[in-house]
Amino acid sequence: MSDSLGNAAPETGAFFPRDRRWHPPALAPGYKTTVLRSPQRPLVAFSNTLSEMTGPAFGHSLLGELDNDLIHNFARPGESAQGPRIIVHGRVLDERARPVPGVLIEFWQANAAGRYRHKKDGYLAPLDPDFGGCGRAISAEDGSYAFRTIKPGPYPWPNGVNDWRPAHIHFSVFGSGFAQRLITQMYFEGDPLIRHCPILATIPDPAAIEQLIAPLDLGATIPMDATAYRFDIVLRGRRSTLFENRLEGN
Amino acid sequence: MPQALHYLKETPSQTAGPYVHIGLLPNFCGLQGIYPSDLGSRLVNERTLGERVSISGRVFDGAGEPLRDCVIEFWQADHAGLYPSPSETRGAADPNFAGWGRVGADPATGIYRFDTIKPGRVPFPGGGLQAPHVSLWIVARGINLGLNTRMYFSDEADANAGDPILARIEQKSRLKTLIGERQGDAYTFDIRLQGADETVFFDI
Repeated sequence: MSDSLGNAAPETGAFFPRDRRWHPPALAPGYKTTVLRSPQRPLVAFSNTLSEMTGPAFGHSLLGELDNDLIHNFARPGESAQGPRIIVHGRVLDERARPVPGVLIEFWQANAAGRYRHKKDGYLAPLDPDFGGCGRAISAEDGSYAFRTIKPGPYPWPNGVNDWRPAHIHFSVFGSGFAQRLITQMYFEGDPLIRHCPILATIPDPAAIEQLIAPLDLGATIPMDATAYRFDIVLRGRRSTLFENRLEGN
Repeated sequence: MPQALHYLKETPSQTAGPYVHIGLLPNFCGLQGIYPSDLGSRLVNERTLGERVSISGRVFDGAGEPLRDCVIEFWQADHAGLYPSPSETRGAADPNFAGWGRVGADPATGIYRFDTIKPGRVPFPGGGLQAPHVSLWIVARGINLGLNTRMYFSDEADANAGDPILARIEQKSRLKTLIGERQGDAYTFDIRLQGADETVFFDI
């Protein structure tokens, strides 16, 4: 049920173990919802089998013409979403710094006023009739991706009495194996709410937080149209198969 | 100083948040007109080979409340134990089977459900076969990094007894948390994030 991904040899090695000290822990009491939703027993670890090393692939035929344009993909004819027009672009790489081509990237976000088009969002900021809030793209042969959108607004949320989310875009990324599946959030350089965010603060290492902050990329802006932010995404790498015996079933 | 190795660090995970449906299941949450249908809503079609079954259940938090806002993804082999993936090198899987699916918990009841086929057995590295199983990945508000688990099938007791992954679980009383219970063509598989019957989650 997928298109061909070109002539590249399929990725079949086992993945590097996940560095769980780099990710936020399941239990992070400053983000209150984690308290009752965090498993408390140790995870059971095992080496990858085919069930973890394989994963679904999605072809370009999945994509609609405006899937990578949130400014227009929900707008009425002749209209466009309100807010600062931006381009978000980058590359999907693995931990060995190799491009990861052909992977589906999905993104979703609030509108320029900080409001989501979702029945659970009760923020008093207005909906934008020309903004839906989701899009998707597939990485190219060099791992690159890009989409147009508007810069989302910050918004309050019921965690502490006065907690605000910095402006952010949610990313969902597939790899070539199910064990690479990842959801994260991209933040914007210079946002003063970043250092007050309880969800970002679940990440223990400041260098890991910085990995989620996209810099302004003037080199990719389009004059008189849109500014640009660059966000590279790194997925788990696969072990090299140098000198490895061919395993039964491989 | 030795030469630098130049490995990169994996992008840190962040919670999928309460509005995950906008991105992953827009039609499911009433955001229509952007995608013709939600990705992963159908694993099978009328020509898919294998025994038709459904899997449903709920995900419970530490207070015993069902999560009404979680999203679950599934990944499984076809009826013959082949994965429909470019990384599958043993042969071509059933072209009428997607292998991957995605569902949202019902916003009122928390129940998830998907229709699929019973998977075949998949080899284990180094020899032997795994028991039939479905891999699951659970994301939601309050889950900082997606949770990986597996569902095995209650009517495969012999295969389950010889499964090398189940054998890794030291507390045998916890094995039942990974078994979907069969009734007719339907399996029930509840997931508990905490408590005495906390589901076994994997570091894969």
